[in-house]
Amino acid sequence: MKFSQMVRKYAGAYKKYLLLCPAAMIGEVAMETTIPLMTANLIKYAIPHSQETGDVSQVLLYGGLMVLMAIASMGFGMLGSFLSSKGAFGFGRNLRQALFEKVQHFSFKNIDHFSTASLVTRLTTDVNQVQNTLMMLIRMAVRSPIMFIMALVMALNLQPALVTVLAVAVPILITAIVIIMRLAFPRFQMMMKKYDALNSSVQENLIAIRVVKAFVRANHEKEKFSFSVDDVTATQRAAEKIVLWNGPLMTILMNACVVAVLWLGGHRIVDGNMAFGDLTAFITYIMQILMALMMLSFLFISFVLSRASVSRISQVLEEQPEITSPEKAVETVRDGSIVFDHVDFSYQGDPDNLVLTDINLSIRSGETIGVIGGTGSAKTTLVSLIPRLYEVTRGRLLVGGQDVRAYDIHALRDQVAMVLQKNVLFSGTIKENLRWGDENATDEEIAAACQAAAADEFVRSFPDGYETDLGQGGVNVSGGQKQRLCIARALLKKPKIMILDDATSAVDTATDARIRQALRTQMPDTTKIIIAQRITSVMDADRILVLDEGRVVDFGTHDELMRRSEIYREVYSSQQKGVA
Amino acid sequence: MPPRGPRAIAKPKNAKGTLTRLLGYLKPHKVRLILVSLCILLSTLAATTGTYMLQSVIDDYLMPLVSQRAAGLAVNYGPFLRFLITLMLMYLAGALAQLFYNRMMMMVSTSTLNHLRKEMFDHMEDLPIRYFDQRTHGEIMSRYTNDTDTLREFLSQSFPQAVSSAFSILFSLFYMVRLNIWMTLLILALTPVMFQITKKIGKSSGANFVAQQKAVGALNGYIEETIEGQRVVQVFCHEEKAKEAFDKRNEAVRVAGTRANTFASMLGPIMNNLSHVIYVIVALVGSLLIVHNPDTATLGMLIAFLPFTRQFSQPISNLSQQFNIIMQALAGSERIFELLDEPVEEDQGYVTLVNARKNADGSIEETKERTGLWAWKHPHRADGTVTYTELKGDVVFEDVTFGYVPEKTVLHNISLYAKPGQKIAFVGSTGAGKTTITNLINRFYDIQGGKIRYDGINIEKIKKDDLRRSLAMVLQDTHLFTGTVKENIRYGKLDATDEEIVRAAKIANADFFIRHLPQGYDTMITGDGSNLSQGQRQLLAIARAAVADPPVLILDEATSSIDTRTEALIERGMDGLMKGRTVFVIAHRLSTVRNSQAIMVLENGRIIERGDHESQIAQQGKYYQLYTGMFELS
Repeated sequence: MKFSQMVRKYAGAYKKYLLLCPAAMIGEVAMETTIPLMTANLIKYAIPHSQETGDVSQVLLYGGLMVLMAIASMGFGMLGSFLSSKGAFGFGRNLRQALFEKVQHFSFKNIDHFSTASLVTRLTTDVNQVQNTLMMLIRMAVRSPIMFIMALVMALNLQPALVTVLAVAVPILITAIVIIMRLAFPRFQMMMKKYDALNSSVQENLIAIRVVKAFVRANHEKEKFSFSVDDVTATQRAAEKIVLWNGPLMTILMNACVVAVLWLGGHRIVDGNMAFGDLTAFITYIMQILMALMMLSFLFISFVLSRASVSRISQVLEEQPEITSPEKAVETVRDGSIVFDHVDFSYQGDPDNLVLTDINLSIRSGETIGVIGGTGSAKTTLVSLIPRLYEVTRGRLLVGGQDVRAYDIHALRDQVAMVLQKNVLFSGTIKENLRWGDENATDEEIAAACQAAAADEFVRSFPDGYETDLGQGGVNVSGGQKQRLCIARALLKKPKIMILDDATSAVDTATDARIRQALRTQMPDTTKIIIAQRITSVMDADRILVLDEGRVVDFGTHDELMRRSEIYREVYSSQQKGVA
Repeated sequence: MPPRGPRAIAKPKNAKGTLTRLLGYLKPHKVRLILVSLCILLSTLAATTGTYMLQSVIDDYLMPLVSQRAAGLAVNYGPFLRFLITLMLMYLAGALAQLFYNRMMMMVSTSTLNHLRKEMFDHMEDLPIRYFDQRTHGEIMSRYTNDTDTLREFLSQSFPQAVSSAFSILFSLFYMVRLNIWMTLLILALTPVMFQITKKIGKSSGANFVAQQKAVGALNGYIEETIEGQRVVQVFCHEEKAKEAFDKRNEAVRVAGTRANTFASMLGPIMNNLSHVIYVIVALVGSLLIVHNPDTATLGMLIAFLPFTRQFSQPISNLSQQFNIIMQALAGSERIFELLDEPVEEDQGYVTLVNARKNADGSIEETKERTGLWAWKHPHRADGTVTYTELKGDVVFEDVTFGYVPEKTVLHNISLYAKPGQKIAFVGSTGAGKTTITNLINRFYDIQGGKIRYDGINIEKIKKDDLRRSLAMVLQDTHLFTGTVKENIRYGKLDATDEEIVRAAKIANADFFIRHLPQGYDTMITGDGSNLSQGQRQLLAIARAAVADPPVLILDEATSSIDTRTEALIERGMDGLMKGRTVFVIAHRLSTVRNSQAIMVLENGRIIERGDHESQIAQQGKYYQLYTGMFELS
């Protein structure tokens, strides 16, 4: 998407401000370009008139008019400031809203594609950049060309013969600006890149300072850094060396124009074709014209700079949400049965690079299933397919007898509660966080869910109980407490399928057992899938699934697996050895 | 990334001292700066003199020519042309001077920044761990970004502009007085009005920007939190609610932003048009003077005087804007100097680690080549002799007491010994002091009471770098550097060969997954290893420690993100690595520490139980309770 398209699409109700702003700018420029003409006339007509007659009324009239014009110009200018701010910030708001809404419809795959940090940057820094560029553009992009045209018209009107000076100066200036920008731009981009790299190396050292010190690598790091700094300095010099021609070039060009006007104008004055007053006005117009051109080049630069942000934002806006509800969606999930039918899965959708291979499973509604396997055995991936957080690459996945792709996504996810491995609580009170599971939950229901998740006790021990503020990211509770709250939150959904992905790793074994017991008795009809590192957490499940490198190695009860699965026995003995 | 808007208003605490010190950095460029000032003087002089000469153009050349023509005499343009050529040459000199000082100032500012950045980083690398523990990364980082940026702006723009503005004001004033004293006085009377208006608007726009920053901060915080928790938002179908909450904050930013920016961008047109008003008043008064007092006021005077109203008022408003930037730059420099003034890590150690050779009689001798055998070189000050002690990895704590702040003791009377080849484990809840103990062995922090001996030598006598070289750490948060996998492993030993690296990776059981990476050992790791899983990163950190090959290993929750089965695999490899080495293990998971020679249970900075796994289980104390899951570690 281009900048202009983006503005047109998201300006919305603020379009009128963006359209009115140029009008105000035209008003300001009109006043600004007329004032020199008035000065010329003051000198040309009013002064000689009053010198002859001794009547100063004409001088005062011109003067008064000019003051009024300056005040009007100020008014227009201030109006322009207001309109551009209002319009640009309104546009920024709409754009941010559109982005946020888009991200809300992203699938996990879409999020993986961008990474969380880059999405945040796009919503914050990039939108601000575009918004600020628009604010400047809307004023200056109109102001400069209008200034250029008006001043040119005035100059032509005043002394057409002298405009030849501009015919020489303007092409020179434009050529110079284009050359400077062409040369400088890639160098500045290079510099910004090097500068970012420099800062990230500082950041890296801050994070890893213990490693640097423990391995006595301070000198090594200093050398690396010194090298990067020299690199930044060299690229910075290469870039600035070019831009610093801008100022002197402008100075000499303007002054050359002034001298040329004095020479040519002088002849015309002597020949009686021009008044002295016209001279000052003409010089002012030349300055205005050249300044307008210079301003345009700055605008162009900031416009180009914002292009990167525009394209980063467009990428998000144009990303196709991978997972959407079908047209005639199934709205209810019959029960908690799950069937994996020859399911293959790859994050890239690439059949040669499968994370899960040929998964065949049939889980009855209400069963408790344990899942165990090493790092990278794709336990989390497997369960993520159930609430359709990712799309299966090949095969079918049935929940409640229906293909997951047939359901309305929200209907499906409302029935499949998942306590994630990387879980988060949000700023707000404990109660507010728990209500994510069910916004209409009564205090009793909340307390009941917390009792089942073994959280009620510690929550009550807080001075503010359920009203305790969790702080951003839930920083005010310990790891084990956080996990229990997350379980309680999921319980409040009263789902047909409940997935616990390593959700009790920081909880002690006794509490863990209590939670599992509560799940069993309070949710007998809910299918429970428990992923765990600790074998005690899955031992008493109805059946246990052993995964290895994306394949089902074995599926059976604890006793069966102890008999026939070597991997399972290995894990079991490594964890149980020594316990009396 | 922190919001980078207009900066909050910052005032330096000691503007004068900071400025003096900052100027100290410019001292090596004294000659350049003098030349810069001269060139600025030259270019402003050229600009103002050019304007002044307009009077001459009109009164001395054109007027006479006009009257000559009117009198029907022949008109000789020769002198006029010569005058204009002189004028042009002067302008050219001015422009050349401008080019020259621009370039010179660019060199000064870039090399000053280059120097300062290196100094900051070099100093930072030498600061004690305490410094980093007490500050957030963002806080230190902003010294390198925001503070350095304001300084750059100051050096490359504000400084030359301020000098040039000052000269402009001075020269303009001089020429204006020469043109007409009364009109000059008029302008001087009008200037304070301009000042007042700028100040007033600046103030209210400042307050509005603070409000905007606050709203933006709240919005950005919300965006960050929600997007980071996006998966949870979706699992709970919470999208609509999130949108609502977002819209509220988004609208607040719009309202605050509109107000702040309206004020700020008004300043431009106001100043611009005020100078128009002054221009008009001057034109008016000038005209009246010409009418009533043609002897002192000429048309040429008025035409030359009018541009001066701009040349005088512009640098004034310029200076007032630069003032803010200068204040910000000084506040920034102050923070940079604060970093530079932090005392570096002290080291009074004199015992060093040297390559050694064992003689036939068992005595140890220093040698230059790498023998694989290391010894502590211990010069005795009293009698001037030097003794060599073989590096073995024998660590003893004698009654060690420590607190991060003197008032709050974290470790009480810790005594323990670790013989070469032994594995010592620490267990206990967060805050019990496990990590603190390892911070002391490598002297990240110094103890307040008791002694720590390494191979019988008090570690305070050992040079810190040499002490740390004899220890390798694998930390809870594994930190990798931008670079290839190979480079990251090589961090443990800079001159390691590729074979050594592969061997180390095999020991850590990392070889397998590394070979499956797109470019194997040459795969680039970016952003603290975000393209690797947590477990894989830990394996790399273990390989890094393995390649360093030190007699003492410290593993601080080194395997917390690796599942038990993989951990068992690594441990098998680690057993080989640990052979003949002293190992300190901190672990949350008790299965990891089971095969240690001694397990210390820490509580509130005290060792409450010690012994090997079997004896601890038999004791049925706290360890037993932890092990059987009756207690939760938090």
